[in-house]
Amino acid sequence: MSDTTAIAICNISKRFEDFTALKSINLEVKKGELVCFLGPSGCGKTTLLRIIAGLESCDEGEIVQYGKTITHLPPSKRDYGIVFQSYALFPNLTVAKNIGYGLKEKGFEKKEAKKRVKELLALVGLSGSEEKYPSELSGGQQQRVAFARAIATKPSLLLLDEPLSALDARVREHLRQEIRELQKSLGITTIMVTHDQEEALSIADKIVVMNHGVIEQVGTPLEIYRHPKSLFVADFIGKINLLEALYQGKNLFSVGMLSLNVWVEEADMPSENQSAKLLIRPEDIKLYDAEAENIIEGTVLKMTFLGSFCRLLVAINGLLDDTLLLDLPHKLLMRDTIDEGSLIKLAIAPKDIRYFLGETHA
Amino acid sequence: MPSFWQDSNRLVLGTITLFLVLLLSTIILVPLFQILRQSFFDTAHHFIFLHNFIDYLSQAKSLRLIQNSLFVSIVSTLIVVPIAFWFAYALMRSCMPLKPLFRYASFMPLLAPSLLPAISFVYLFGHQGFLKPWMGDSTIYGAWGIIFGECFYVFPHILMIFLSALSLSDARLYEAAQSMGANSVRKFFTITLPTLKYALVSAILVSFTLVITDFGVPKVIGGDFPVLATEIYKHVIGQQNFSLGATVGVLLLIPSVITFLVDSLVQRKQKAVLGSKFVLYTPKKAPIFDTVMFAFALFVALLLLIILGVSFFASFVKFWPYDLSLVLKHYDFDSMDGGGWNSYFNSLTLAFWSALLGTILVFITAYVVERGKIFSFLRSFLKLLALLPMAVPGLVLGLGYIFFFNHPSNPLNGIYQTMGILVVCTVAHFFTTSYITATTTIKQIDDEFEDVAESMGVACYATFFKVIVPIATPSILQIARYFFVNAMTTVSAVVFLYSPSTTLASVAVLNMDDAGDISAAAAMATLIVATSLSVTLLFNALSHFIFKQSQQWRKSR
Repeated sequence: MSDTTAIAICNISKRFEDFTALKSINLEVKKGELVCFLGPSGCGKTTLLRIIAGLESCDEGEIVQYGKTITHLPPSKRDYGIVFQSYALFPNLTVAKNIGYGLKEKGFEKKEAKKRVKELLALVGLSGSEEKYPSELSGGQQQRVAFARAIATKPSLLLLDEPLSALDARVREHLRQEIRELQKSLGITTIMVTHDQEEALSIADKIVVMNHGVIEQVGTPLEIYRHPKSLFVADFIGKINLLEALYQGKNLFSVGMLSLNVWVEEADMPSENQSAKLLIRPEDIKLYDAEAENIIEGTVLKMTFLGSFCRLLVAINGLLDDTLLLDLPHKLLMRDTIDEGSLIKLAIAPKDIRYFLGETHA
Repeated sequence: MPSFWQDSNRLVLGTITLFLVLLLSTIILVPLFQILRQSFFDTAHHFIFLHNFIDYLSQAKSLRLIQNSLFVSIVSTLIVVPIAFWFAYALMRSCMPLKPLFRYASFMPLLAPSLLPAISFVYLFGHQGFLKPWMGDSTIYGAWGIIFGECFYVFPHILMIFLSALSLSDARLYEAAQSMGANSVRKFFTITLPTLKYALVSAILVSFTLVITDFGVPKVIGGDFPVLATEIYKHVIGQQNFSLGATVGVLLLIPSVITFLVDSLVQRKQKAVLGSKFVLYTPKKAPIFDTVMFAFALFVALLLLIILGVSFFASFVKFWPYDLSLVLKHYDFDSMDGGGWNSYFNSLTLAFWSALLGTILVFITAYVVERGKIFSFLRSFLKLLALLPMAVPGLVLGLGYIFFFNHPSNPLNGIYQTMGILVVCTVAHFFTTSYITATTTIKQIDDEFEDVAESMGVACYATFFKVIVPIATPSILQIARYFFVNAMTTVSAVVFLYSPSTTLASVAVLNMDDAGDISAAAAMATLIVATSLSVTLLFNALSHFIFKQSQQWRKSR
């Protein structure tokens, strides 16, 4: 553990009766980082957050915050602020009283506390809302108040439990950028739980992808997206095409009756006749041009309009029942007058194909 | 965990949990255990196991008693359940006018001791009854008097079950059925009835148990028709045969326990029926149906008000039915048996303390069970203790209190024959319903409030008083009102526990009637109803006021 470590989680395990929520979790969070716990519901991300908060106990393992073991400390003895999905704003207290709720405990004088509340409201852009009640605020405003309350006592760690999922899409997108900017300017180490991959990709320094109580992968958003370490991660983050393939040697994989050229890495060299799963992102499949490799042809079965681009479902010649999804900008579709039923010629760059190796066939 | 007790919140919650377990065990579990034990002993305190029961059941007389009890309970249930159902249906599913008035009228019986309808029936059909000729050769004193009286007494309890079940219906189911062309009869049988089947089971069981364990009505109007409940009273008060009283008491415990178990099972199923989001059903106008429902509801409501009104009117009448001039002489309680006006003031004292202490105890118990966070085993036990009184008829609880608190070696013996034991017993007797109200309210409060407060290092009791109690105030007032009114009207448990200096109004009604002073009994019963009604109105006004005060933050989002 180095000086730059804010939180170190070592071998944390948690069972609920006969359900294993977490299996020896190890993780380090650096100072000032925004880390997202991402995964489907029931993957253990919220449990892990609650254990860090001391709201849940763990069966095994240790948590160290700034060099101090906090594993068994009650929440009141820990140093963090938390925002819940429901915001948990006290409905019978005004905005000012909500934000100032914990200040007395930390030894703030009345006057100081008032000043701090004012400062925080200015920070979240709600100046003058001191005497309002939570029910008089919109969802987004309530979320800001909850955020202000969580950082009121200047904790060294901020925990966010799906803070945006109760909001509608527009507000959510706006607020997550706002949270990110505030977090950066305050330099506060933050852990955020979310099931929304877009949210995690757009604001996290580091994403922790979880599934069935284990960490599948830790990495920057780009690493997670471009270099998924497991099929689960690949599938969970973004759309993918998955093809069953067999390695033929010389960087070639056979898929159905096709043969695809793939960038094979030294570290992960397949042997001949080893089965594999090929992974291609829809945006990596291009319309054919002169210098292209891996040229394939097919018929457009379906086109789905998705705003800035179109998603095409294409039956590929030589692939039997397999189809490919690909995303293309409208401009190109218009230029080439592509429509449902059209024949198209496509290309995939070898470096855009990832593979996961299976067993070797004799 | 070394730092376990370092956390002051855990220390506070843990201590309170332990304290509550001890307290509730003392006032609920131990007395109950005593009565069970007693029923296994003979008068000379020898252990004879089931011998008491075998002995009792082998007598032809006891079989007749059981038969009598079963008869009135079953017939009352058969009458009151359909009436309550259609009344609830009229309130929830028709567009008849005057619904609020009907609602008020239907809950009036809750404000009266169960003795009152019996007194009214005596006035109407008894020896000097106004309508005695209607009875022909038969008499109101006996099975039919009991049955009519019980129907009045049980009606609002059953009505509440149906009202809450009907309020859970999802409007979208009806819209879906309508879009598929189902007519109203088909909708009733395919949607309404299936969602009500659990409520129907509950209603039947609750009605049966309320009737079989009530002794107010049969005591007044039963005549030569003895039932189990009056037998206990006779054995204990009349013959001081506690062991036999306990034996009959345990017999009465059986239907109550069965009802309790089936009901809790049914409640769980009822919840499963209900989806997370549902759209409230609002009835549409249907002139013929609405008129029929209105006529029915009007008939039932008038019947209830007449029964209540007869006692009220008779209490001011000089000499029913011969001299109907109005006088106040029946209210001169001090010149009659039954404890005089003191009884009334004692009842007020009892009601006040039961409401105050009961509400505090119930709410803290419910809070600790729901949000205690530690000692999960003890909290489950606490929950069981809180639900237990529902399964114990008042007579049985009162008897258990005699056995437990009257025991010379009990250090708590000092509260025997004081106002204290009456308060404790009343709180225990009416604990469960209040507890369920409190639990429902607390469950609706976001449990992340405590998490947030804890993360800020705020003590749990601070959050409890600053946030939880203000949010729950309307339901806390409801609980206090419930305790107050029930303390005013109850007879069953306290009838074994009052002393000459702590006579109660409801018991005075019983004793005045026993002494043949039925006008005074009606007067005292009327006074109880008037008090319960005033207190209810007062609490409603208070609720309304508090709602107004807090409406700025109570606005629904």
